[in-house]
Amino acid sequence: MEVRVSHLWKSYHGEPVLRDVSFTAGPGITCVMGPSGQGKTTLLRILLGLERPNSGTVEGLEGARLSAVFQEDRLLLGRTALDNLRFVLGPLFDPAAAGELLAELGLPETDHRPVREYSGGMRRRVALARALAAPFDLLVLDEPFTGLDGDTRRRCLDCLRERSEGRTVLLVTHDPADGEALGGGYLTLR
Amino acid sequence: MGPDRPGRFRLWAALVWLLVWQAGSMALNQPLLLPSPVTVAACLGRLMATAAFWADLGCSALRIWGGFFLACAAGVLCAALAARFRRMEELLAPLTATIKAVPVMSFIILAFLWLPRRGLLSTLIAFLMAFPVLYGNLLSGIRATDPQLLEMARVFRVPPSRQLWYIRIPQVLPYFRTAASLGLGLCWKAGVAAEVIGLPARSVGERLYDAKVYFEVPELFAWTVTIVAVSVAFEKLFLRLVDGAAERMGL
Repeated sequence: MEVRVSHLWKSYHGEPVLRDVSFTAGPGITCVMGPSGQGKTTLLRILLGLERPNSGTVEGLEGARLSAVFQEDRLLLGRTALDNLRFVLGPLFDPAAAGELLAELGLPETDHRPVREYSGGMRRRVALARALAAPFDLLVLDEPFTGLDGDTRRRCLDCLRERSEGRTVLLVTHDPADGEALGGGYLTLR
Repeated sequence: MGPDRPGRFRLWAALVWLLVWQAGSMALNQPLLLPSPVTVAACLGRLMATAAFWADLGCSALRIWGGFFLACAAGVLCAALAARFRRMEELLAPLTATIKAVPVMSFIILAFLWLPRRGLLSTLIAFLMAFPVLYGNLLSGIRATDPQLLEMARVFRVPPSRQLWYIRIPQVLPYFRTAASLGLGLCWKAGVAAEVIGLPARSVGERLYDAKVYFEVPELFAWTVTIVAVSVAFEKLFLRLVDGAAERMGL
């Protein structure tokens, strides 16, 4: 699947956030980089259909299955990690496969604790697990490794690379090392 | 809830007030005006030994709880519609404001004149007391639903039925709990008052009225104690069920 973005403009209260952004992203991981306030999150929200641009077009997403790690975890805090995966998967939910994915990310396979009791880093990984567990054609990740230590970050990068192979991924990150580890392209917003 | 919850019921405090009541009764020495707790307990014991006591209590409870559960159903439906359609909220606003402002006695007398069956009186009054509270709280609960979670569900294309179970009901449940607690108390107070006016057959209101007419003050006290006990017991049971549901939903 290929996403084609052409001449995208978006402003809030007259303040431009995205200025004439154009790019094409095909299968593989594309890192979206740039200083804070340059519209990275806004771009992802437009791709997810949560915002409308003032002008410009996004093509290639018709009927595409989307998945995301948002800037916030957006978890069902009173539920277990498996329940959070079950919520997005519905009848496709397979406890064994979901447990395996959680374990790959360094989380307990089965845990009766609600995610409310998890640390910030653990919650972030549950959000990543949820995004990777859902069937998707385009995966957008908004700083998914925030709050993760070195080893855990590497483990998550490996899991992301393996589990998203052959599909289109846009990853917002501030760390160029993420792009190097994933071997993908770069898109810089200025 | 922790041990420092304000208004927490303590056995020792209840005993102190029972002693105050006993002392007051002894000091007044007018059993017809203020019978002692012992006299009231004995009277209640005698009443409880009769089938009529349970029949009257059961019929009143069914009528009043019926009004409460109807208010729950109407409150859920109207709050869901009002949250979805602004016009519906605007339409209901004068109605709920009027119900809240009009004295309950006015409603009781009007309903007494209008209703074809006296048995429906306490059901209608219980409904009118509980509905605005339930509707208002449920609407606030629906409005307070986390928009970020709804956005997340939209991106993952989670169907509305699953969103209802995982997001909407858990977020609304605490609001429903508060409203139910308040509404149940109001239902019993106003429902019994309606029965005293309407005097439907087989009702607590009729027994209270008889006790007043025949100056059976111990019986009046015994029925009052019964109403309080049943009202509190049902409220606790109902809220326990709501809490159980909340726990299963991970709240």
